[in-house]
Amino acid sequence: METPLTHNISPGKEPPDLVQYEKTGGYAALRKALTMSPAEVQAAVKESNLRGRGGAGFPTAQKWSFVPMGDDAPRPKYLVCNADEMEPGTFKDRLLLEGDPHQLVEGIIISAYAIQADVAYVFLRWAYKLAARRMERAIAEAYRDGYLGKNILGSAYSLEMYLHVSAGRYICGEETALLNALEGKRANPRAKPPYPQVSGLWGKPTIVNNVETLCNLPHILNHGAKWFKSLSRSGDGGTKLYGASGRVKNPGLWELPMGTPLREILEEHAGGMRDGYQFRGLLPGGASTDFVTADHLDVAMDFDSMQSVGSRLGTGAMIVLDDKTCPVGMLLNLEHFFAQESCGWCTPCWSGLSWIEEILQDMEEGRGKTSDLELLESHTHLLGPGHTFCALAPGAAEPLQSGLKYFRDDFERHIHEKGCPWREHGQGMQM
Amino acid sequence: MLSEQERREIEAHARHYPNNRAVCIEALKVVQQHRGWVSDDGIADVAEALQITPAELESVATFYNMIFRKPVGKHVILLCDGVSCWIMGYERLHQHLTNRLGIGLGQTTADGRFTLLPNVCLGACDHAPVMMMDDAHYQDLDPARIDEILASYQQEEEKSTDGNAADP
Ligand SMILES: Cc1cc2nc3c(=O)[nH]c(=O)nc-3n(C[C@H](O)[C@H](O)[C@H](O)COP(=O)(O)O)c2cc1C
Ligand code: SF4
Ligand code: FES
Repeated sequence: METPLTHNISPGKEPPDLVQYEKTGGYAALRKALTMSPAEVQAAVKESNLRGRGGAGFPTAQKWSFVPMGDDAPRPKYLVCNADEMEPGTFKDRLLLEGDPHQLVEGIIISAYAIQADVAYVFLRWAYKLAARRMERAIAEAYRDGYLGKNILGSAYSLEMYLHVSAGRYICGEETALLNALEGKRANPRAKPPYPQVSGLWGKPTIVNNVETLCNLPHILNHGAKWFKSLSRSGDGGTKLYGASGRVKNPGLWELPMGTPLREILEEHAGGMRDGYQFRGLLPGGASTDFVTADHLDVAMDFDSMQSVGSRLGTGAMIVLDDKTCPVGMLLNLEHFFAQESCGWCTPCWSGLSWIEEILQDMEEGRGKTSDLELLESHTHLLGPGHTFCALAPGAAEPLQSGLKYFRDDFERHIHEKGCPWREHGQGMQM
Repeated sequence: MLSEQERREIEAHARHYPNNRAVCIEALKVVQQHRGWVSDDGIADVAEALQITPAELESVATFYNMIFRKPVGKHVILLCDGVSCWIMGYERLHQHLTNRLGIGLGQTTADGRFTLLPNVCLGACDHAPVMMMDDAHYQDLDPARIDEILASYQQEEEKSTDGNAADP
């Protein structure tokens, strides 16, 4: 099984420096890209079927295709690498940033070339201190050896690359909020249109791509679309970093073919449940995805298959719920997170989420009423797509609406037993 | 006023952005790095240097979690309350830290040594529960491990005060 994204990465080992990275074939893809036209690079990516790994799965080449090209395009143009990774339960970009920073730098340069960007920013979350040091070093090495700066490798193409370490807030990961953060403003999302591809950073054409998306580019350029598709077990090309956390035997992160079934990830890689714990359900791709249950374990973890069972691939980082953990308590934790991180622009989001949090808190503490279930349900509709500026609110609705569906009995028990059954029996849920 | 060092560091960041306004978050971080937190004076200094109004800068500073507008202790403990850490024992750790330090979330110990803050997912969920102390991640935590970590900080400080005492 091929693992292009992680072939240079082993736990506890220093990442390859520029010279070592070159020895394993590094920067060959960039050299190749520079002999192609930007349109040819875009075409190669289009053919590969690469879909964005930031959560929404938007086809990468299609996103790029909206950027104005040619001599009269507005300048400068920007490429932003989204390394904000704050989705609860998600820890995949960190591995790529820490483990092989040059792979990311090369991916960013190739993408920037494809849209003829003049400046690239890496927007990194503050908590990733080690990643910051390693990226800083990789960028400096790339400048030193002519992969960045004026006339890259003697070509006509020039690119500046800067690291921006965020001051921390989940909403900064949303691409238009991220642009405001980079401009030194409060990170409120922007209304769309205009789309960033046309009017992004400082009103100029801008692409925002996720770390994992960008890391795929050197490999697509080196080996071609056919090879990239052959890595996958589904229609979406390539491999995917899948993660698992919660009470599984072997929590971790694995690069596997896109479309690997949930069961295989959970049982073979994560080792199944820890002794004494039963599986109840999981969020397949971070906090803002819908629960799936034991009935869905044979579904392939790819964008379309997860959608067909009412959830999303999201970040591919699954969070496992066991039988000794209270689903209502878990939802309280999640909705508290979303309420706290709401930027406060849209009423259904800031007011709805704090109301939801309060209802769940009441339920946990024995003040729940039967009518609360309907109330919660109506909130999930209000938070749904189309009612708010950004996808934080619909994301917050996903675990709640599916939780209400699959764990209804547990909600009812909280109401009837006037408290949390997991806490009452003396042992709490936190053993 | 900004110190010479602060000014130099802010200028280095400024080269990465097309205008002053965009540098303000980096500038606030520089001031915090040197002064521990961003006081009203810190706001005024940065606002003056970047030619933006203190009110505007204040509204940016309060938006971001990692800009501290109140003094913090010598060591800042960020306890992850993300969902994976919650499943793996956040509440127990929270209780333990609160007992050990005698403070709740958002507070600083009377001796000014520790500030305890909640934080969202720290990106190490496969090793939950997790906290950060200053710049280091600590993972796979339980109360015993927390005691070890706190003790190691204590020793560290005793060593450095011994060092100072020996200094003429
Ligand atoms: C609230 C919120 C937070 C987000 N956080 C991130 C993030 O941390 N990293 C990321 O890559 N995308 C994040 N996204 C998705 C981005 O808006 C954007 O879709 C993504 O960076 C595009 O990259 P891709 O096309 O390569 O997938 C977030 C979206 C929302 C609504
Ligand atoms: S949905 Fe929530 S986070 Fe997004 S813009 Fe509206 S208030 Fe802000
Ligand atoms: S939830 Fe604590 S590190 Fe991710």
